[in-house]
Amino acid sequence: MKKENFIWSSIKVGLLAGAIGIFLSLVGMVEVFNKRDVVEKVISLGMFLLLAISMIAGFIASRRTSDLLGGNQAGSNLLAGTLAGLFTGITLALFVLASDQLNLRAIFLNATPTLSGLLTFGRGSGGLWMLPVLGAGTGLAGGAFLLLPLLVRRPITHAIMVIIFSALFSSLFRVIMVNQGGGIEKAAKAIFSQTGLTINGALVFIFGTLFISILWSSQGAKVQNRVDRLPAKGKLSLRVFSILLIAYVAIMLPQAAGPFIAQVIVIISLYILMGLGLNIEIGFAGLLDLGFVAFYAIGAYTVGLLTSYGEYGLQHVSFWVAVPIAVLISMMFGGILGVPVLGVRGDYLAIATLGFGEIVRLLAGSDFMAPYLGGPRGIIGIQKPCIGTLGEFIAVDIPRVCNGIELSKPQDIYYVAIASALLIAFFSWRLRESRLGRAWMAIREDEDVAEALGIKLVQAKLLAYMLGAAFAGLGGAIFATLVGSIFATSMQLIVSINVVALIIVGGMGSIPGVVVGALALIGLPELLREVSEFRFLLYGMALIAVMLAKPEGLWPSQTISRELHHDEAADATS
Amino acid sequence: MSILNINNVHTYYGNIHALKGLTITVEKGEIVTLIGGNGAGKTTTLRTICGLLQPREGDVFFNGENLNKYKAHEVVYKGISMVPEGRGIFTRLTITENLEMGAYSRNNAEEIKEDMERVFTLFPRLKERRNQVAGTLSGGEQQMLATGRALMTRPTVLLMDEPSMGLAPVLVELIFDTIGQINKQGVTILLVEQNAHMALSVAHRGYVLQTGEIVLSDTAEKLKNDPTVQKAYLGIE
Repeated sequence: MKKENFIWSSIKVGLLAGAIGIFLSLVGMVEVFNKRDVVEKVISLGMFLLLAISMIAGFIASRRTSDLLGGNQAGSNLLAGTLAGLFTGITLALFVLASDQLNLRAIFLNATPTLSGLLTFGRGSGGLWMLPVLGAGTGLAGGAFLLLPLLVRRPITHAIMVIIFSALFSSLFRVIMVNQGGGIEKAAKAIFSQTGLTINGALVFIFGTLFISILWSSQGAKVQNRVDRLPAKGKLSLRVFSILLIAYVAIMLPQAAGPFIAQVIVIISLYILMGLGLNIEIGFAGLLDLGFVAFYAIGAYTVGLLTSYGEYGLQHVSFWVAVPIAVLISMMFGGILGVPVLGVRGDYLAIATLGFGEIVRLLAGSDFMAPYLGGPRGIIGIQKPCIGTLGEFIAVDIPRVCNGIELSKPQDIYYVAIASALLIAFFSWRLRESRLGRAWMAIREDEDVAEALGIKLVQAKLLAYMLGAAFAGLGGAIFATLVGSIFATSMQLIVSINVVALIIVGGMGSIPGVVVGALALIGLPELLREVSEFRFLLYGMALIAVMLAKPEGLWPSQTISRELHHDEAADATS
Repeated sequence: MSILNINNVHTYYGNIHALKGLTITVEKGEIVTLIGGNGAGKTTTLRTICGLLQPREGDVFFNGENLNKYKAHEVVYKGISMVPEGRGIFTRLTITENLEMGAYSRNNAEEIKEDMERVFTLFPRLKERRNQVAGTLSGGEQQMLATGRALMTRPTVLLMDEPSMGLAPVLVELIFDTIGQINKQGVTILLVEQNAHMALSVAHRGYVLQTGEIVLSDTAEKLKNDPTVQKAYLGIE
């Protein structure tokens, strides 16, 4: 078979990378990211994105060349990288030229003069030559990267990743460190600027990472060895120490980080609660549910009705009494949803549950239910939890007086949310290992066989719905107290879809997978406001990337990963 | 009193009259086989016995007790276990986990362990691969696993649906050997087969099923020599 010419293959890679660059520019990503810096005054995030594309194109072209030529040949590799980068740049330059000549804005809202100014480095059409040149340069760097020995390559990769990571989260770290005051505050201001890293900060991170990475590759095996040789007692105390350290950080974090970050963590915890609930239905029992937000809404509205001192509050019990009631009522509705859809399987089940979710949302916001649920005006004035005397644990007077500690700020609700998430994760794990967990597993695999083995289908399925609903109801209850008000409009279908997506990304049926999925899909967009504009684009990309690269999810359960890696499992046993 | 007594059973799939007044008796300790062509109602009979289908008319008696009022998952607790057609194993679970699922209806951990050892002595191949995912097993091994899993319920009656389906002749012989062994351990077996030759050589008695009706019933020996059976099912002219 005639092999493809490596020059042509590199050009193709370059054209493709250029197309990706154009796409990201047209959706507005480059421009929005340009407001953030990776390193202040040196390179913005938007520019970095484009350069990263041509660099990766150079790297891929170089690797393909090695494949085509059957080995590394320095000259050809470098040529391939340069060509790929050059064509990335040329494609982008042509795009700038086109957007200057034609009025692309009529169709593409983001093809603004700012964008073309950005792509020509503020020099108008006179700066057009810069894109191809820079592209070729970074492409060359990418191509050369492949030729470096692993010992050099790894520290550099680590350094780049640390730089991106610390730049993306610079505002987060900055806030935490500035809150500490004193020397830490000064250090924070030296390392982080308002928009990214300072030059000094970047140097500190680059050399720090290089140093640690090189040290680890030379000494890491020894350290690993020494830990392995530790006596059982020593290992245990090492473990206890690390758990205590994590617990200490978790307890101190909200005080150090302030309300915004505490609130983000609460929202992540709420999604973890919902994720664990839906994981019972989808991951354990194999029952697809697209109306999961309904139970979240039911939990939230129950707490609202029971504790609000606004006009729709029915009772004025305390948060601590309202939460178990909300969980029970969500559970009941889980059962109510479960009964009619018991006989429905597969795709039809997804549609039926989708309908249920929408019915709950529409009813909650409707005029029909407005006298009870407030309709579009929602329920406001939901109490904050109060830790005080026994009397306050049960019922509260109006106006509300809390003589004890009132958990009013997000930093306080944080503890409630984290504790609930931990409790439910533990509960979920015990459930999976239980008899009921086994029954669910059998149902997921084959309903008829499960029944023929003595599993009560009706009971097991209903329990899956009820327990899943209970977890989501708990999440909704905490959400209601966090925000202090609830509106039907916040119970959109997209919440259900987010929960399904985080389960798929994390790994179906896996409990740590839910946590990882929630951090990646909920936490990241909340923390990076620039990114949250492109939330759905990134969701799509993340889902496709996970399905291609790691179809079992980021942190899969044992069963699923075994299924997808049959051959390795068979090799291991034979 | 016979252990299993199917009395004038009519089963329908919607409007389709699948079983037309079937009467079968199985005595304790016997191997009884149902033979017949495609669509004769063999699998339907088994599904009716274990409660996955409800007969519209007639009754199924087990040890004198009418089973009609029980659901499939309750029938298991009575002591009837089925090896489904096409095996129906849990492909994503390991062999050990599949067998454990078979013991779902039981609680005594000691006995379950004992029975698992019994299954492993019956099928040494399964023991070798106990931690392997069931989906990676060969067809014959999967059939062994499905049989083993059914035995884990400690049944008094074992219903087997086409155990020879899709297996190489050597494996078919092995499977039928074990059917004999299981029977010698005191388990009554109702065997549904298209491979009439093998079925009649291991069974004590047999019924010939045609479009939902019993057309012949006799001892296995006599059925083997019956000219109609020979012509229709054994390929002897």
